[in-house]
Amino acid sequence: MNPYRRSPFVIVATVLVYIFLYAPIVGLVLYSFNASRANVTFEGFIPAYSDRVVMDGSLVKTSPCGPFHWYCELAKNGDVAEAAGNTLTIAFSATIISTIIGTMAALALQRYNFKMKPFSQLSLYVPIVIPEIVMGIGILTLFSQVFGWVNDTFNLAGDARLSLGMMTVTASHIAFMVPFVALVVQARLSGFDKSYEEAAMDLGANEWTTFRRVTFPMILPGVMSGALLAFTLSLDDFVITFFTNGPGSTTLPIYVYGLLRRIITPQVNALSTVWILVVFLAVLILQILQNREQKQHT
Amino acid sequence: MTSEFAVEMRDVVKRFITPEGNEMAAVDHVTMQIKNGEFFSMLGSSGCGKTTSLRMVAGFEWPTEGEVYIEGKAMGHTPPFQRKVNTVFQSYALFQHMTVYQNLAFGLEMEGAKDDEIKKRVGRALEMVQLTGMDRRRPRQLSGGQQQRVALARALVKTPDVLLLDEPLGALDLKLRKEMQLELKALQQQLGITFIYVTHDQEEALTMSDRIAVMSKGKVQQMGTPVEVYERPSNKFVADFIGESNFLAGKIKSISGNEASVFIPSLNAELAGMPISDGLVKGEEVNVCIRPEKIRIAEKEAVNQNMFRATVTNTVYIGVDTKVFVDAHGAKLKIWEQNRISRLDPKSFYTVGQEVWLMLMPENTLILKKD
Repeated sequence: MNPYRRSPFVIVATVLVYIFLYAPIVGLVLYSFNASRANVTFEGFIPAYSDRVVMDGSLVKTSPCGPFHWYCELAKNGDVAEAAGNTLTIAFSATIISTIIGTMAALALQRYNFKMKPFSQLSLYVPIVIPEIVMGIGILTLFSQVFGWVNDTFNLAGDARLSLGMMTVTASHIAFMVPFVALVVQARLSGFDKSYEEAAMDLGANEWTTFRRVTFPMILPGVMSGALLAFTLSLDDFVITFFTNGPGSTTLPIYVYGLLRRIITPQVNALSTVWILVVFLAVLILQILQNREQKQHT
Repeated sequence: MTSEFAVEMRDVVKRFITPEGNEMAAVDHVTMQIKNGEFFSMLGSSGCGKTTSLRMVAGFEWPTEGEVYIEGKAMGHTPPFQRKVNTVFQSYALFQHMTVYQNLAFGLEMEGAKDDEIKKRVGRALEMVQLTGMDRRRPRQLSGGQQQRVALARALVKTPDVLLLDEPLGALDLKLRKEMQLELKALQQQLGITFIYVTHDQEEALTMSDRIAVMSKGKVQQMGTPVEVYERPSNKFVADFIGESNFLAGKIKSISGNEASVFIPSLNAELAGMPISDGLVKGEEVNVCIRPEKIRIAEKEAVNQNMFRATVTNTVYIGVDTKVFVDAHGAKLKIWEQNRISRLDPKSFYTVGQEVWLMLMPENTLILKKD
């Protein structure tokens, strides 16, 4: 038996770590049921269900949704729905594209030797280590310069003019997600024995069939974890999106930030709670799928 | 076109660039002709070029110079999937995400075989390697020996002209390995397929092969039947690599017909009536090679010109044999004496310091050129 298991120090440390990690989240969820409009102090739960909302100053006395008042407010909020839609559209399309590019980069770096290989490898780390704000400004500068030049040169007018929007946000997300996918897939590939591919070719499969039937299924778990990482990065990205979004491409983080600047109501907490719940469920489902996959293999 | 040779390597060179940027010949002007239906082994320690040679036949590597022929056809840059050879990999390389059945069916699907034909052939292949009923297992659910059989069946189900085996038994324990050696040999004789077998285990090569190519530093040192390479090693490397040998430096004193007398300074004696190979001349410095099991020990001097006094320095009992180490006028020799009698009585061993007589049969010695 592990001799440290019952040491009081370990128990205290464990409890402290959990408090540190989860207390803010618990607080955030708790405040989403706050009776007070002002999201600074907790004034207790909204007590009762009723036909209509009754306010007393900044306190909500009763609401048709009872304690879930702020969730109902959230559901009525069309802007939130739009922002959530934008966020998911961007996250899905950017994840698919960056996973393809990142996987291809990882495969190329793993199997080929070429002159610029050390440079290529290094260039993958750069977007990860440089401050996001620098990358955001850089991408914004690039877009505005290029768009300005194209718009002027071709005399584009009205809707035809290139401007910031969904496309620019998606493109910038792809730019910072590719290195993450590539590095995760690369880590997975480092243990990949090339004799599997040789065996497939030896048995009569050409390069493409070998990739489709052998290589890809074998590296799929790595590709999936790379994609999941990229997806979550896109979902909660604020800084780069802040610089590259335009009208009609507000994402949830940008929207929340906007809310906070105007008035802080527990709606923000309700939104965050739903968000956490969705992400948590997604991770849970993925874990279950991976466990099942592993069980099949052992 | 059918050829007399299943596989032929003509003057093949394979050069690699080392990470330091130097050029290195992994395979250095190798020529081999492997006959149809032959069990051919490439034997050598790691880095001798045996695996690279095999990989060039499979098509995983292309020769820098020279040409590989399969069934008389020059292979050039033909990719592996267009060669009628199949490989059993050292790591087995079984597809982990497929069942045993799917692993075997894979190669047949690539040929475009129909489902019922695949089913029939896979069934037959599994029967051949005694794995009937395992078809729905995954490779990880099998023991090492079973995985090895799946790898074998996966290659054989394609009915190749030539089967390439890259140390296929390396990961198995000794007992299983010995069983599989005999099984593989029997399978090869039954199927009549050419086997090219790469191994670093000399006993394995001697047990199974029709012919062996002993390789070192990218070159073929000797090619011949197991008996030839053991009894008539062509140089000191082969004599040392296959089995064990005593080497005595000497000088040819006289040659008459096919026999020579060699003076051995360390024994301060002349060995007479030794068989001589081509190209040796009088006065030449040579190595006399004697296998440890071919030296006889006598306790009294008999009438024989090739007898020498020696002192026992150590004895080691290893079950089948007793290893006796002796010192003869400063020449250190090792002798394997078969335990024909029970050694339970400690007196049956030679004692350290005991004076004995060594008898060297001229026909059991070999004169090798000095390297």
